[in-house]
Amino acid sequence: MQWYWIFLILAVAVMVFGFGVVLVNRRQAQRSVAPPRPASGVTKPPPKQVPLDHLPPDDGGEIPIAEPEPPVERAGTPAPLRDRLAKARIAFSGAFAGVLGRSTITDETWDDLEEALLRADVGLGVTTSLLDQLKQRVKDKAINEPSELLDALQVDMVAQLQGADRTIRFDDSFGPGQPNIWLFVGVNGVGKTTTIGKLARQQVDSGRSVLLAAGDTFRAAAAEQLGTWAERSGVEFVRGADGSDPSSVIFDGVERAAAKNIQLVLADTAGRLHTKTNLMEELKKVRRVAEKGAGTVTETLLVIDATTGQNGLTQAREFREATDVTGVVLTKLDGSAKGGIVFAIETELGIPIKLVGVGEQLGDLMPFDPAEFVEALFEQA
Amino acid sequence: MFDNLSNRLDGIVRRLRGKGRLTEADVDEIMKEIRSALLEADVNVTVVRSVCNRIREHAIGATRSQALDPGQQVVKAVNDELTRILGGETLAIKYASKPPTVILMAGLQGSGKTTATGKLALWFKSQGRQPLLVGADLQRPAAVEQLRTLGGQVGVPVYSDPEDPVLTAFQGVEEAKRLGRDVVIVDTAGRLSIDAEMMEQVRLISGAVSPDYTFLVIDAMTGQDAVQTADAFHRTLQIDGVILSKLDGDARGGAALSVKEVIGRPIAFASTGEKLEAFEQFHPDRMAGRILGMGDMMTLIEQAENAFEADQAEQAAVRLMEGEFTLDDFLEQMQALKKMGPLSGILGMMPGMPKEMKNAKIGDDDLKPIEAIIRSMTAEERARPQIISGSRRGRIAKGAGREPGEVSRLVKQFGEMQKMMKKMGMGGGKKGKRGGFPGLGGLRGTPDMSELEQMMGGQGGMPGLPR
Repeated sequence: MQWYWIFLILAVAVMVFGFGVVLVNRRQAQRSVAPPRPASGVTKPPPKQVPLDHLPPDDGGEIPIAEPEPPVERAGTPAPLRDRLAKARIAFSGAFAGVLGRSTITDETWDDLEEALLRADVGLGVTTSLLDQLKQRVKDKAINEPSELLDALQVDMVAQLQGADRTIRFDDSFGPGQPNIWLFVGVNGVGKTTTIGKLARQQVDSGRSVLLAAGDTFRAAAAEQLGTWAERSGVEFVRGADGSDPSSVIFDGVERAAAKNIQLVLADTAGRLHTKTNLMEELKKVRRVAEKGAGTVTETLLVIDATTGQNGLTQAREFREATDVTGVVLTKLDGSAKGGIVFAIETELGIPIKLVGVGEQLGDLMPFDPAEFVEALFEQA
Repeated sequence: MFDNLSNRLDGIVRRLRGKGRLTEADVDEIMKEIRSALLEADVNVTVVRSVCNRIREHAIGATRSQALDPGQQVVKAVNDELTRILGGETLAIKYASKPPTVILMAGLQGSGKTTATGKLALWFKSQGRQPLLVGADLQRPAAVEQLRTLGGQVGVPVYSDPEDPVLTAFQGVEEAKRLGRDVVIVDTAGRLSIDAEMMEQVRLISGAVSPDYTFLVIDAMTGQDAVQTADAFHRTLQIDGVILSKLDGDARGGAALSVKEVIGRPIAFASTGEKLEAFEQFHPDRMAGRILGMGDMMTLIEQAENAFEADQAEQAAVRLMEGEFTLDDFLEQMQALKKMGPLSGILGMMPGMPKEMKNAKIGDDDLKPIEAIIRSMTAEERARPQIISGSRRGRIAKGAGREPGEVSRLVKQFGEMQKMMKKMGMGGGKKGKRGGFPGLGGLRGTPDMSELEQMMGGQGGMPGLPR
């Protein structure tokens, strides 16, 4: 039984911290310690089961609107993802040229492939298992040419991403006054608020009534930021005082939506590192309280930044634990980062990637397409 | 969770010992472990390759030495190399002879520039300076609002003009001269390194204010892309130093190493928490251990500062080693520990934890039955669990909703733990360290708990343990 370990670990921890804190205190005697943000001390609610209708797959996605609002002048209809990404491929260091340049499959071929996957942040574990499968097929003479190998790898990767349900759930059967709630969570700076801003407009344009709830009451001016987006899309907006309880702000948002027969509440939350227990507890409470009124949380979307490295997997695990994450939004894919960590998140944790953000325009938030994503992962300079 | 590098190397070296001479292949195996540790930590592939080549020689030397613990020696060689790369010259701010000293902040969207700007202002204030903040991020909605709020919190004025970012930056510096502020920190909009138009804009801002220092803000969670980003910003702006943000998470932060290696500029500051004071000059030695997965004890202890009452924690530790630790103490410390984050995360950051502990897969939910059982005991039972008789056991079990067998097991295992801690307390005591905790002497760097590990039977697991 593991209790013994628990005792031991705690004992060690107590000793280390007991003395460590004292030593540190002595060294920095004058440094004052402010209390941490109070933990809300709640437990995770049982997930509420809702019968759900599914959206057509293109809903909530590619709506080609010329967006006049953001301060950026560069407007226009979204080009295919690949074109956008093309400009990003600056330094691929010829890994694939190397693979294709050889007439046979050599050790260097495998090194090049491994390097290409690692560079895309796919991670060592996933990379090794992908390549091991291929090595077997090469050994069995099922694959002989470098070009076949490259194709097989891409096909394998796309196949692993097939079959996931990527629709953003919206239940039409809810009567008036029973809003759907989409909750957005993630670490700091990944683009939660911006994603909500874009999604709000897309949803309005597809004929739904939307309310934005500014659940980020912590970061300075986060509510103003969301408010600006609400104004741009002409949707309802609910905020609380700075530092107020995010649960109650979102609850109020849902209440207002219910009273005004608004169909969809997009709820923002403050960015938080998944290691902060008190903040994760706060998030559990947000999730629970959001459903205290007439609304139902039909999506909890984890926003992940494409530049995120291997820590993304831990983030996904912890946020799922706290809030029953139903999907991933991959943002900032228009930069030089390829976002390969989401491949690991989907294949290892089974959380589907639902949306990708590839720019600052409204149409730049679009449904995730496995084939395009994998191809972009491998795109040459 | 990724296995501790020093444990893995120990395993290899132990196997190789007695082989007389190490072959090329043996060293390759060692290097493979080092490589995966670095990759798991998000160090850039190219950087990993060059670092590994340099470490290789050290590793060969270390494994050939007659030292008792070649595994630890290899780890030390790696650690030293990383510290060397990360460290080098530290950035000492030289203030402009003709004030104001101008600082330009740049980085990707969401890297934490605005927050870092506010924190940096507070840091300059603590150095006796009078900063002015300039909000030149006119891109993101309400960014200037955010900066104004931060300025208010740290008591530093903020200048901005909604017209044009370049103009704002320029006028901000003029404003500082007029007001007699001696440091100006210019916050700019987040931008992608491949966005030519935006990179040109920040170049113009830089030209308009001629910064004394240009800081690149990099998120500690960044993956392989850190290199491209840093390189592109460096070519456009001539970066003087890096600010590593969000270091209070559990990311290994290999990006720091990559960036340092690629642009050759020091990591100047690290942002380590949500509070505005959580901002400090960078410690290369801590970072090296963290990247290698050898734990980041100092960061942990700083987190512990927030969670534990210092006096209480010290007393508890002393009682623990004197064998007077009660179930009550245990319960109390457990509550404090829970505040620090998920147990698995804390374990990951603890240096030198034996593999058995890390692999124990203990979730916070595993603590609940323990808590329930202890809470169902009377004060006397908590202080002296040996008095728990059959009928008491039944009552406790009923109160906690557990089986009586579990109660006796808890009491028994708690007793075993106490014994072990007492033994360890005495063992370390001979060395005369404060209270005798082994490993604390090395607190400045990355202490290893190998003594503890040895106490526990090293690789073989704990002696006489119920499995």
